[in-house]
Amino acid sequence: MIAIIDYGAGNLTSVRLGFERLGIIALITSDRFAILDAERVVFPGVGAIGSAMKRIMGLQLIEPLRDVVARGTPFLGICLGTQIIFERSDEDGGIEGLGLLPGAVKLFRRGEGGAKIPQIGWNDVKLKREHPVFKGIKDGSEFYFVHSYYPVPADKQHVLAETEYAGEKFASVIGKDNLVATQFHPERSGKVGLKLLENFCRWDGKVQATC
Amino acid sequence: MLTKRIIPCLDIRDRKVTKGVRFRDNVVLGDPVEMAIRYYEDGCDELVFYDITASAEHRSIDIDMVRETARSVSIPFAVGGGISSIEDMSRVLLAGAEKISVNTFAVENPQLIAEGAREFGSQCIVLGIDPVRTEDSLKFPSGYEITVRGFRQRTGLDALEWVKRAEGLGCGEIVVNSVDTDGAREGYEIQLTRMISKNVGIPVVASGGAGKPVDLVKVFVEGYADAAIIAGILHAGKYGIPEIKSELARFGIPVRLNW
Repeated sequence: MIAIIDYGAGNLTSVRLGFERLGIIALITSDRFAILDAERVVFPGVGAIGSAMKRIMGLQLIEPLRDVVARGTPFLGICLGTQIIFERSDEDGGIEGLGLLPGAVKLFRRGEGGAKIPQIGWNDVKLKREHPVFKGIKDGSEFYFVHSYYPVPADKQHVLAETEYAGEKFASVIGKDNLVATQFHPERSGKVGLKLLENFCRWDGKVQATC
Repeated sequence: MLTKRIIPCLDIRDRKVTKGVRFRDNVVLGDPVEMAIRYYEDGCDELVFYDITASAEHRSIDIDMVRETARSVSIPFAVGGGISSIEDMSRVLLAGAEKISVNTFAVENPQLIAEGAREFGSQCIVLGIDPVRTEDSLKFPSGYEITVRGFRQRTGLDALEWVKRAEGLGCGEIVVNSVDTDGAREGYEIQLTRMISKNVGIPVVASGGAGKPVDLVKVFVEGYADAAIIAGILHAGKYGIPEIKSELARFGIPVRLNW
């Protein structure tokens, strides 16, 4: 069973429907035990990181999240869920994240080449490393993004794919061991997005050591 | 590179897609969910549904339609028409829509934008505006006045002043639907689109007037639009989305060509 973590950060219906279209039942939950028991965990979210962290703390989800990642459960972060994984964010004058990966989250510079903030729409994703979730997905495929902040992993080994916006080349897919995280929304990225979700559902959480 | 979005618009009346000029002479075109699936398969980047009678008749949007659409297509879509409260927004979002579009009720109660953005995030809140050209430059420095209730009512609000205020309140995107060009299929109103786009920091979606692919080229290049809504040009069956996109690509405009 897949657990989609509900911490009150945005609407999770489209994430659940994405899995449903693949014939996979996903449970939207904030129950610690359900999360710890899940075969796979999806950590989505939209909105502000500060209030999201508060809600995660309020629901006492920090430890269960660390536990599932530590025990090797395949874990997928999406959008805000991806940003929260890092140590800190510049949002709201500086917010501490979950620190599951080293790195920070930064704000796009406004006006860079006339770029609007937030970035809304389909942008191409350049694959930098092989990964089981990319199986059958062409390099340069376009995915749907909605965000004003972007992740900056401290360890470049964790950058699985990159995308360009507002003069920045940022990490649009990040991964380490059983954790993979996308800045875009696979559940709203048409067939290529569904392919990524399907790959995630087939993934055992292991990656081969490649350089 | 971020691509320019092509967004088919479905005007809904009694669970049917209709199309009319300036909200009059409406013709039934088909079932909204079936049409959404067709345009999704044809490679549209997003969809928007307007329940064109909900606002006037004080009833809420057809939630079953939103739910069925969300099950059937996996691209983002916005829903508008008669949304006047956080409860209305919540119902539509929980049914699977990505965004809500507010127009008349945001003019009547601008706090609706702020409350929606706080509750669901700015990216969910789209402001639709229906500006009409005016000669009264003293009262309307931008040259455009905001109308509401499907163009039927003038508001006394200057178009530029209103969008800047709405941006400050937290809306994440603006749909600029020109009253003067809507439904005429003679091209978008470039000057209006450009003025709004250059004066806000959030994405601007052009709407009203597309009749042929080159109209989209113009609104992207000269109007600085980030996305374009199309309706009649598609519904009439004269042009398909792949055709429009390849024309845009021919002019060097970044569009999503694989889906």
